[in-house]
Amino acid sequence: MRTTITLAGISKSFLGVPVLRGVDLELRGGEVHALMGENGAGKSTLLKVLAGVHRPDAGSIEIDGVEHSFAGPADAQRAGIAIIHQEFTLLPHRSVAENVYLGREPVRRLRVDRRRMVEETARLLDWLGEDGVDPTAPVSALPVAQRQVVEIVKALSTDARVLAMDEPTAALADHEVELLYDLVRRLRQRGIAILYVSHRMREVFDLSDRITVLKDGAFVTCAPTAELTSADLVRHMVGRELGTLYPERADPAGLGAVRLALRGAGNARVREVDLEVRAGEIVGVAGLQGSGRSALARAVFGVEPFTSGTLELDGVATRITSPRGAVRQGVAFVTEDRKGEGLALRQSVRDNALLVRRSALPPRRGRAAVDLAALLESVNVVARDEHQEVRFLSGGNQQKVVLAKWLAVDPAVLVADEPTRGIDVGAKKAVHHLLRELADRGVAVLMISSELPELIGMSDRILVMHDGRLAGELPAGASETAVMALATGHGVGEVA
Amino acid sequence: MSFRPRLAEGTAPVLVVLVVLLVGLAIAGPAYSSPEGYLALLKRAAPLMILAIGQYFVIVSGGFDLSVGALVTAGVVIAARLIDGEDSATAWVILLVLAFGLLVGLVNGLVTTVLLVPSFIVTLGMLLVLDGAVFLWTGGAPRGALSPGFREFGRGAVDVPLLGEVPWSVLILLAILAAAVLFMRGGTGRALVAVGDNEQAVRLSGGRVNRLRLLAFVLSGLLAAVAAILLGGFAGVSAQVGAGLEFRAITAVVLGGVLLGGGRGSVVAATAGALSLEALFTLLNLLGVAGALESAVQGVIIIGAVAYASLGVGLRHRFTRTTTKQPATASG
Repeated sequence: MRTTITLAGISKSFLGVPVLRGVDLELRGGEVHALMGENGAGKSTLLKVLAGVHRPDAGSIEIDGVEHSFAGPADAQRAGIAIIHQEFTLLPHRSVAENVYLGREPVRRLRVDRRRMVEETARLLDWLGEDGVDPTAPVSALPVAQRQVVEIVKALSTDARVLAMDEPTAALADHEVELLYDLVRRLRQRGIAILYVSHRMREVFDLSDRITVLKDGAFVTCAPTAELTSADLVRHMVGRELGTLYPERADPAGLGAVRLALRGAGNARVREVDLEVRAGEIVGVAGLQGSGRSALARAVFGVEPFTSGTLELDGVATRITSPRGAVRQGVAFVTEDRKGEGLALRQSVRDNALLVRRSALPPRRGRAAVDLAALLESVNVVARDEHQEVRFLSGGNQQKVVLAKWLAVDPAVLVADEPTRGIDVGAKKAVHHLLRELADRGVAVLMISSELPELIGMSDRILVMHDGRLAGELPAGASETAVMALATGHGVGEVA
Repeated sequence: MSFRPRLAEGTAPVLVVLVVLLVGLAIAGPAYSSPEGYLALLKRAAPLMILAIGQYFVIVSGGFDLSVGALVTAGVVIAARLIDGEDSATAWVILLVLAFGLLVGLVNGLVTTVLLVPSFIVTLGMLLVLDGAVFLWTGGAPRGALSPGFREFGRGAVDVPLLGEVPWSVLILLAILAAAVLFMRGGTGRALVAVGDNEQAVRLSGGRVNRLRLLAFVLSGLLAAVAAILLGGFAGVSAQVGAGLEFRAITAVVLGGVLLGGGRGSVVAATAGALSLEALFTLLNLLGVAGALESAVQGVIIIGAVAYASLGVGLRHRFTRTTTKQPATASG
């Protein structure tokens, strides 16, 4: 008989703030069950209740009809529940087998039974169909995707019947995602119940059998994946019709002059890039991880400047050798690492929004009064007031503050690297429309995204990078297949 | 620009502490039943408060300045030797002491930002260099004497309309504090705090991170020189005049709720921390507690204040970790 885990009426509050309100969730052995919801919907808290990290205030957890109450994570583990966290918990300098049995090494004659550890690990790897992983290899020698395999084997070695995966693809490169898919499918075949938490719509539709949606800590719906469309899902998550995620594209006839041009530009990571972005145009840059798409953005902004070729702004050849130089010449840059590079998290909304103005502009211009209220209004930031520290804002609102700090200096060119990473659907839509508004005001926008639907939905033209070079250019609305063909190194002709 | 008085986060506790201590002084010592007593306290505290303002700039931008105590000693010893009681030399020696402070700050800052040596180490090295140089130069007993004109700044007072006799040092302190508050409200000041929070974000916003940090060290050195001038006048010439002041200034800044490692805290709170510390020592003195306990008390305060700050952060952090999607605390 296959395992069934039933969570019923789970409620949990923190300091009087309800985070889960009577949530139901049913997992069956041999199914991939997706858990979806916007940031703050309660997914992670539910996961932690299942893992025994939090005790629910109300509700019950039943496994095959037997009610369980977990006093801690160890209890949940004994009941067969394992969690794969977003961040890896492996010790890089120890071997695969040592990691799998970390803290509960088999002992024989007062010594760690290494041979058994290695054999058992090999057996589990084999069972998973991952016999390519060497149990004696140090984890640091493995590619990221295989480290995830180790995490999973570690979970399975405790006889897990339920595997909860929190954003498992977040740390993976694009080609590794496919490997994970295979692995998840094999786990399903072997009768494991998989709870799959992800933001990425496509993964959920590719992989899951059923989907449960949470919103504001409450259960919204649970339905077989086949009966849902992505529009349904968005509606359930957001609670209203979002309309189209992407604004209308620019009218090709209405585009202005070329604002940013690269001619044979290159550095250590990108080579001989030729491109032009016109006023009013959003040019998308696609490419696999490591293809040079982010390196290109960082080169234009002067983080790792170009060492060859020329860069022209508004038709004038110039050199950009530092971010400061870039800003002063009218180039703005939205980084893909919002928390690490985009914001000073402990500073206020005000100080972050004015950071570029104050840091980069000449004193006289930088100190000129700016209508901060109007600026924040234009990007629609939701904050308690302008003095709130940005770390207390949601990812979406943080990103709007990042955009505000660039709007404050009226850039001519905006380079946006993954501008919607890690923000919820509603905020994504807002960022998309903001980018288009900027373009309509005459800004040249160069946008990088690893989410192909977004890239295709937003771009007036798509440039595809492969191996540090531009592999080709595609018109607006090109298909994902065409983009992928170029990104993986096949010519356009070969797919057509 | 709309003016709205607002307490920066972390400012409130030190103000409470300060008020409690001042009330305690009023109860314990009859001298503190009149404004004159408090003015005397302020005069005594002024050098430390000025050092705390300098230290604040460095700490809030993510560094440490351990060299200020030795710099104060060096400033006083140099001034005494060069003036040698000659009043006519006062003006240029004061300028020279200020320039010396600026130079030491410049070296601290350049080594930190250009050679990428952690400021803790750079300024510790500077402390040892200055100490050694002073000892070498004086042989342990400073020679020469300060002129009356030089000592006037630390000792003397001036008649201010409506207020009566106000010590020079208090006026200098107030001027510096006012300038510091204005500076911290402006763009450069805000950027300085942002550097302590996330220097990469400032760099990618077009800011000059190295210049900002250099500026903090230069200001700290300059203010240490000002403190040296006041202390020389107030306490006279000795080779120990600045000993331990760097730790006292750091304690004051931390007591003011400024985050070690940078990114948060107000300059007013740091200054209030220095005044609180001086008030506390005065109170302990009045209560007959041995002066030897001072450094122990200081040690308890610095650990307590940092623990209080990180405890607060820890609790908030734990709460946000459970409500947003962060990696879990346990399992495995």
